[in-house]
Amino acid sequence: MTTAAHTPEGWREWLNAAAPRSRAQARLGQAYQSWRGFRRNPLAIVGLCIILGLLLVAALAPVLTNQSPFAQELAERLRAPDGEHWFGMDELGRDIFTRIIYGARITLMIVVLVAIIVAPVGLIVGTTAGYFGGWFDVVLMRVTDIFLAFPRLILALAFVSALGPGIENAVIAIALTAWPPYARIARAETLTIRNADFISAARMSGASSLRILFSHVIPLCLSSVIVRVTLDMAGIILIAAGLGFLGLGAQPPSPEWGAMIASGRKFLLDQWWVATLPGLAICTVSLGFNLLGDGLRDVLDPKQQ
Amino acid sequence: MSADAAMLAVEDLHVRFGDVHAVRGVSFAVGGGESFGIVGESGSGKTTVLRAVAGLYDEWTGTIRVAGRVVGKSRDRAFRKLAQMVFQDPYGSLHPRHTVDRVLAEPLAIHGQGDAEARIEASLQAVGLGPEFRFRYPHQLSGGQRQRVAIARALILEPRVMLLDEPTSSLDVSVQAEILNLLSRLRAERGLTYILVTHNLAVVAHLCGRLVVMNQGRIVEAMTVEQLRARAPREAYTRQLLRASMGYDREAARGLETFD
Repeated sequence: MTTAAHTPEGWREWLNAAAPRSRAQARLGQAYQSWRGFRRNPLAIVGLCIILGLLLVAALAPVLTNQSPFAQELAERLRAPDGEHWFGMDELGRDIFTRIIYGARITLMIVVLVAIIVAPVGLIVGTTAGYFGGWFDVVLMRVTDIFLAFPRLILALAFVSALGPGIENAVIAIALTAWPPYARIARAETLTIRNADFISAARMSGASSLRILFSHVIPLCLSSVIVRVTLDMAGIILIAAGLGFLGLGAQPPSPEWGAMIASGRKFLLDQWWVATLPGLAICTVSLGFNLLGDGLRDVLDPKQQ
Repeated sequence: MSADAAMLAVEDLHVRFGDVHAVRGVSFAVGGGESFGIVGESGSGKTTVLRAVAGLYDEWTGTIRVAGRVVGKSRDRAFRKLAQMVFQDPYGSLHPRHTVDRVLAEPLAIHGQGDAEARIEASLQAVGLGPEFRFRYPHQLSGGQRQRVAIARALILEPRVMLLDEPTSSLDVSVQAEILNLLSRLRAERGLTYILVTHNLAVVAHLCGRLVVMNQGRIVEAMTVEQLRARAPREAYTRQLLRASMGYDREAARGLETFD
């Protein structure tokens, strides 16, 4: 690389090069083009900022507040928001601001765990069913149909009651109910590309089915699955909060946002902040994921281009 | 030519897709270094023959022999190194998310061949693309450049038989000539055997020595390019095809017959 590349203009030129000189440059150039497309959508940037904010808050929780999310001051219970306790106190005299900040970690953990379980399972089930076809497809898709036939929250409820309440079981239950739509999407995409000439060409060069699935089919299904995951995140957070609200997700005294709303419900009319502020947190983060997903769809989904 | 001496021999090939009998008893033999054309209208089964030979279909019966060896439904690596294919549509035959480099590196990785760097550079050079094309994505290439990449991919395993499925028909006319000249040159340089499927008689006349005419899944007539140039076919169907290839003619269109 020349010295000119170290200026911003040099970098931009390097990224936009029509004739990249290395694998890395080609890949970064593609990423840069996607980023430029993404940047044109102001709402998507808002969504990205909210999600980055969530990450920062979760990472810096001990820096942002010097209190413990579990420390109780019973004398101060249900104290209204003021300069000292920005979001007020809950029914056990715990600082709601602190609890929301630590709750971000739980929300983030749920979201990440569900995503890393659901996306690979859905992708693998869907692409293998679509690629191999035949009875393999029939069996996998009927299993998918069975899962799809139940309302998600109800099925998650059934799983949590069977597995026992707790945040880990809530994650497993949500993941078990969330993968079928991904399998459907991945299968549909696979059906459109499995007869493409580039798949035939890969077979002609001797590629195994496994290689074709992982290096030809899945990369093409990945973008629609990523879009779907981000759009689904809001729903996943709401289901996790719903399970928490019903007492089947995170258990007290864990500062999970859904459980916080559940405990604040009793004081909603007189001490509105106890339930409303965690609710606003859920709302903001869900909105952030939705906006981000919309923006990503514009950039990643080949059908939109 | 005897089937044993031929580079590619097809005997009594039938292809059925459910109730559709797409290829009905096709036999032909192609010698090493020969360039053989299969022509016919759309739906005549010519591409199906080529794909069955390539091993892309399972639904065929008959005997296919490549370099004296009978090949079955599933092909081994030795077959892949012997025969490669170039597809009709260069927009569909390159993976949209793979760079040229990756397209060319993959066959080498599958066959465990070393020295990938030098071979990728050499094959790009062989098809007339400079090193600046190596890390581009297909959407950064023109149709002709894409088809050159597809040819480079077919050549990188150094096959002896090339199966060409209408390699120029989705390109514009000036680019068609470039690709045809490239294919002629490569055959001369490497002693390749070509099986060319096309509906374009001018392409066959340019590239092939012998050809067969197919209609409704059967071979109607085998002829040499000299006979084609002299416009001296034996069969009525071929005569009609020749007349149709000269451009639209109201008289000829009125006289079109269906041959079965």
